[in-house]
Amino acid sequence: MTSVAIEATALQRRFGDRAAVDGLSLRVEAGEIYGLIGPDGAGKTTTLRILAGLLDAQGSVRLLGRDPFDARSGSREVLGYMPQQYSLYGDLSVAENLAFFREMYGLSRDTFRARRDRLLALTRLAAFRDRRVQTLSGGMYKKLALACALLHEPKVLLLDEPTTGVDPVSRRELWDLLHEFLAEGMAIVIATPYMDEAARCHRAGMLHGGALLVEGAPNELLVAFRHPVFAVRGDRDALEELLARDDEVLAYTPAGARLRIVVREGHERGVLARLEAAGARAEPTTASFEDVFLARMREERSAA
Amino acid sequence: MKPAISVRGLERKFGKFVAVRDVSFEVRAGEIFGYLGANGAGKSTTIRMLCGLLAATAGEAEVAGVDVLRHPADARRAIGYMSQRFSLYLDLTVHENLAFFGGAYGLFGAAFRARRDEVASELGLGALGAEITGSLPGGLRQRLALACAILHMPRVVFLDEPTAGVDPEARRTFWRIIRRLARGGSTIFVTTHYMDEAEYCDRVGLMVDGRLAALDTPTGLKRTFAPGRMFEVRGARAKEVAAALPSATVEPFGAALHVRPNDAQVGADELARVLDARGVAQSGVTETDVTLEDVFLRVVGGAGAS
Repeated sequence: MTSVAIEATALQRRFGDRAAVDGLSLRVEAGEIYGLIGPDGAGKTTTLRILAGLLDAQGSVRLLGRDPFDARSGSREVLGYMPQQYSLYGDLSVAENLAFFREMYGLSRDTFRARRDRLLALTRLAAFRDRRVQTLSGGMYKKLALACALLHEPKVLLLDEPTTGVDPVSRRELWDLLHEFLAEGMAIVIATPYMDEAARCHRAGMLHGGALLVEGAPNELLVAFRHPVFAVRGDRDALEELLARDDEVLAYTPAGARLRIVVREGHERGVLARLEAAGARAEPTTASFEDVFLARMREERSAA
Repeated sequence: MKPAISVRGLERKFGKFVAVRDVSFEVRAGEIFGYLGANGAGKSTTIRMLCGLLAATAGEAEVAGVDVLRHPADARRAIGYMSQRFSLYLDLTVHENLAFFGGAYGLFGAAFRARRDEVASELGLGALGAEITGSLPGGLRQRLALACAILHMPRVVFLDEPTAGVDPEARRTFWRIIRRLARGGSTIFVTTHYMDEAEYCDRVGLMVDGRLAALDTPTGLKRTFAPGRMFEVRGARAKEVAAALPSATVEPFGAALHVRPNDAQVGADELARVLDARGVAQSGVTETDVTLEDVFLRVVGGAGAS
């Protein structure tokens, strides 16, 4: 049994004469995590702010059937939102910051204590509960911000780049935490610049100019990707200069000590000949989600 | 040739807390030196000391030939610094921002304009001089911040998480510029949480709890901390794979897993057979390259990660 937790229909929002969000529709089910990816300025943050009911727009949004723009709909109780710049109280301790949010949400003392202790354990912040927030590292700060957004146990969670500036180990811990809540039926929309995180979402949507270019399960998007991908070994500096000028190379990414390149379908022979002439060796490999993203953006630019 | 950066026994305490503890290393002129670690491991504290912005509690540091702990003001003139939250004036134009930073370094008139145009064209900002900075996308703002940091032609450039929150394509462009600067003789000292970027460094130092836990080339680090062969296992659960292969390291990587068996003789087919035999469902096993993210998880993951 699945149920729709987030439903956005034909969202439209302009800033001056620029369409920041342009006819976007989105459905996310309970227990599903949906990744929003796209270049800077594609409309990720604007979309999240509309879903949270913080920014007015044309179209409609329903969070478990409630309208976030209607203060009486009770949408606030089901919604958790973590913006990019999250303000905690730096001169208060970890536990005091959580207690502040208890007041905001009007939780009973027992409910609050139980949830606080569980969140501190899940985020591994229990040992730091008396530490002042301004002395926390970036990763710990983000985890505390997430704990504050989760304190009222929202059914819908909106996360705007929660792992930017967070190290790879803390990033994994945050994702493990999200999976705990997904298993309990939470619906999550996460904007992220990390393509490996997008690949971990149930579905991902690629935003460009405020509209969804493509959307689907990462594996399906990978299977549908028709451009061939190669792993190339050689002098990387020289190779990149060559690849940056090659119109038939849609993307290249460092992969360990090698480069992974996406070649426009049907142009393999020419590109491989040019690489060989430059002394590089190439072998076919499987596409990653980052390949799909970079190639698609490149195609979009040349079509414009 | 004298190293561009030379650090011996560097230490910084905040009260009882030791943020940086007995750190020593040298960086050659023209080298790209990556400084990695968990949040709170002491990376930014080190950079702030090397830039003459924060006093050390012990140790010695020489940057671009200047004893930075004794003569911080001289050191600041010899270096460029771009911080995590680069401070541009968003309501000024691109040219006005450059003029402001040029003035701060004593660049005026025709000499300033010549250098401004040179840097702007090098960094692909040539046509944007009259644009309001706040209207530029993040990737271009970040390049403008770099332009401001290198206007005075510093020999050593410090970049503290310069690409945080920038999209993958803009990150790629930024690193092409970084490498061009290094080839031109600039020394680059950079911190990042993107391990694919760290692959571009000539050498990488890994900080754990204020100590320099490892320092080597990317290839050397992989050989030391992730020896043997690495496999990508798709469509499997990390816990099941780890239980079936107790001596292997298993880490989630995007939607797949990175699995490194203890035995370097094991190939992809054999690994798939072993997983099948032990009842672990998977949809594909292929050999893959060891990355610096594997190294990071190994060195930083166990100890002191926050």
